[in-house]
Amino acid sequence: MTVLCLVEPDATAGAGLADASLRALALAGRLAESGGESLAAALAGEPTPDQLAALGSAGVTDVHAITSPRLSGYAPAAFGRSIAGLLPVAAPAAIIAAATDHGSEVMAHLGAIIGLDLVANCVEATWSDAGGCALVRYRWAGSLLEDAVLDTSPALLTVATDAPGSAPTVAAGGAPKVHQFEPELADSDLLAEATESAVGGGAVSLATARVVVGGGRGVGGPEGFAPLEELADLLGGVVGVSRVVTSQGWRPHRQQVGQTGTKIAPELYLACGISGAIQHMAGCQAAKHLVAINTDPDAPIMSRADYAVIGDLSQIIPALVAAIRARS
Amino acid sequence: MEILVCVKRVPTVGGKISLTADGQQVDTRMSGFTISPHEECAVEEAVQLTERLGGTVTVLTLGPPEAADQVRDCMALGAGAGVLLEAGDQEWGPMATADAIAWNVARLTEVSGGYDLLLFGNEAADTGDYQVPVRVAHKLGLPCVTGIKHLEVQGTDAGDGQRIRASREYRGQRESFDLPLPAVVSVKEGINLPRYPSLPGRLRAKRAAIERVSPPWHADGVRTLGLRLPDLQQQNARVLGAGTEAVPALLELLDELGVLS
Ligand SMILES: Cc1cc2nc3c(=O)[nH]c(=O)nc-3n(C[C@H](O)[C@H](O)[C@H](O)COP(=O)(O)OP(=O)(O)OC[C@H]3O[C@@H](n4cnc5c(N)ncnc54)[C@H](O)[C@@H]3O)c2cc1C
Ligand SMILES: Nc1ncnc2c1ncn2[C@@H]1O[C@H](COP(=O)(O)O)[C@@H](O)[C@H]1O
Repeated sequence: MTVLCLVEPDATAGAGLADASLRALALAGRLAESGGESLAAALAGEPTPDQLAALGSAGVTDVHAITSPRLSGYAPAAFGRSIAGLLPVAAPAAIIAAATDHGSEVMAHLGAIIGLDLVANCVEATWSDAGGCALVRYRWAGSLLEDAVLDTSPALLTVATDAPGSAPTVAAGGAPKVHQFEPELADSDLLAEATESAVGGGAVSLATARVVVGGGRGVGGPEGFAPLEELADLLGGVVGVSRVVTSQGWRPHRQQVGQTGTKIAPELYLACGISGAIQHMAGCQAAKHLVAINTDPDAPIMSRADYAVIGDLSQIIPALVAAIRARS
Repeated sequence: MEILVCVKRVPTVGGKISLTADGQQVDTRMSGFTISPHEECAVEEAVQLTERLGGTVTVLTLGPPEAADQVRDCMALGAGAGVLLEAGDQEWGPMATADAIAWNVARLTEVSGGYDLLLFGNEAADTGDYQVPVRVAHKLGLPCVTGIKHLEVQGTDAGDGQRIRASREYRGQRESFDLPLPAVVSVKEGINLPRYPSLPGRLRAKRAAIERVSPPWHADGVRTLGLRLPDLQQQNARVLGAGTEAVPALLELLDELGVLS
């Protein structure tokens, strides 16, 4: 038997695999190892040499390249149908994808088409001695963990995009074998097909910024953000905000950090006037260093922060900006 | 335009999440209840569309009898009708939930002609299964897009060649979909800024009738063993100082972390 992992290309470099896919491959590899199975991958289009190398070093032995003359862009239902068509060929015990927007919806289509359960946002999976697939998965965007067993076969899973990335050590095999697969698609599979266009901007993105200066209700209003912006600029970072700030209309939603906003992973997150609700913290768990500025020494964020300054951000931030300017 | 919006009742957890003694559930004795921000935006989007194009918004939830509160909250924002699918004592997985929603849509389609648009949140706040809308779409044989941040309806005659243009951003690219109606669309927070309920809205919602139906249930293949808190380093922050007197220490820390260019 085999474990089949769907992978996506790396958006920025264009040649390798997405970080989330590498983490999904790592979980798929650990699952395959627990059952003495081989690891296979599937992707849309022809794999590049870089992708083949990455797949090979993750322990993948077989790659299914899905191509169809009927597909010109990304079509979620068609991709789900393609994987369903691949099942008799690849005969997987489990099918796994990263819980990206694409991975999640393709797996949901697959689950709906073949009528099987799908467990989302797993961080661990092993075959259980008692039968079934033993899982650990996120609830509340990772604020809670659920231990569960999935009894259906093949097991359908998505992997949290911040799941541990360590793969089992595999003997350096040769390059994986590439198999071409042309799925049979119905017209209805092609009703939702994406047209892509560039989005303007080019500013430092919240998701990848090295420094994020966070502002919450404690900022007090839209005017209060000017010193935070100034500080973010000085530190080569960006401003991120809490949901209170976006739902009051003080700042646009694309700046929101958290469960229903963006997940950030900066070197430093300086959270000002933010209480530390679990849905906010779910978005900044990957921050290396968390510093909180808050008037309330008992705010929940105090038990998650590395450092804290107790006090009024409207005095502290301008003073910090002045001190940084005085230094240079 | 007839629009169905599906919402899910979840506990309002703030700074801390606690579990029941058996570790099977979130302890809700001290909490209020709400719906996901994505779903609030789905309601707002539906209300805005019917304000422009006419028609009604129906809000549906599958849950306990108390979930009628969440239906009323949505009706206070402008939804005209409410449906409560009674969950009873069963555990409803995403497949059974989707089947129940599709079952009810099919039932209503026979009675009253059905919906032009079915709106959902991208994922439920608690379980985050990322699949109910897609499964509903397949059950009903409708096209489906998820995670939508911008939605436009093209054409004004309901049912007659009306289409939607829906888009979202994915890894630095805008993805646009052009779909015929009826269709299933799940949305994300940020698509709009939901309004606050008006007083007349609240009063209307309080008196409104909510239809209660018991859908068929089935078990799913996932057995939950228990819930637990991740071992986040529960720590006490090192306090650098109070007020502006802490600025030198803060500056030193930023320097140590190498973020001062
Ligand atoms: C399903 C769901 C999803 C959610 N998703 C998100 C999400 O993605 N992101 C998100 O952020 N929230 C989210 N929330 C909301 C979340 O629960 C909180 O309501 C929100 O994060 C609180 O924002 P806040 O910390 O700015 O406000 P508050 O909780 O009101 O905290 C304000 C803080 O500022 C401090 N303060 C006040 N004045 C000052 C001052 N002058 N100087 C310094 N400190 C001051 C106060 O002591 C307090 O700690 C979600 C909620 C739900 C139910
Ligand atoms: N119990 C429920 N009642 C009504 N709608 C639901 C329910 N569960 C999920 N949904 C809808 O499906 C969306 C996605 O949920 P999920 O697939 O469970 O993450 C939610 O945002 C809701 O719009």
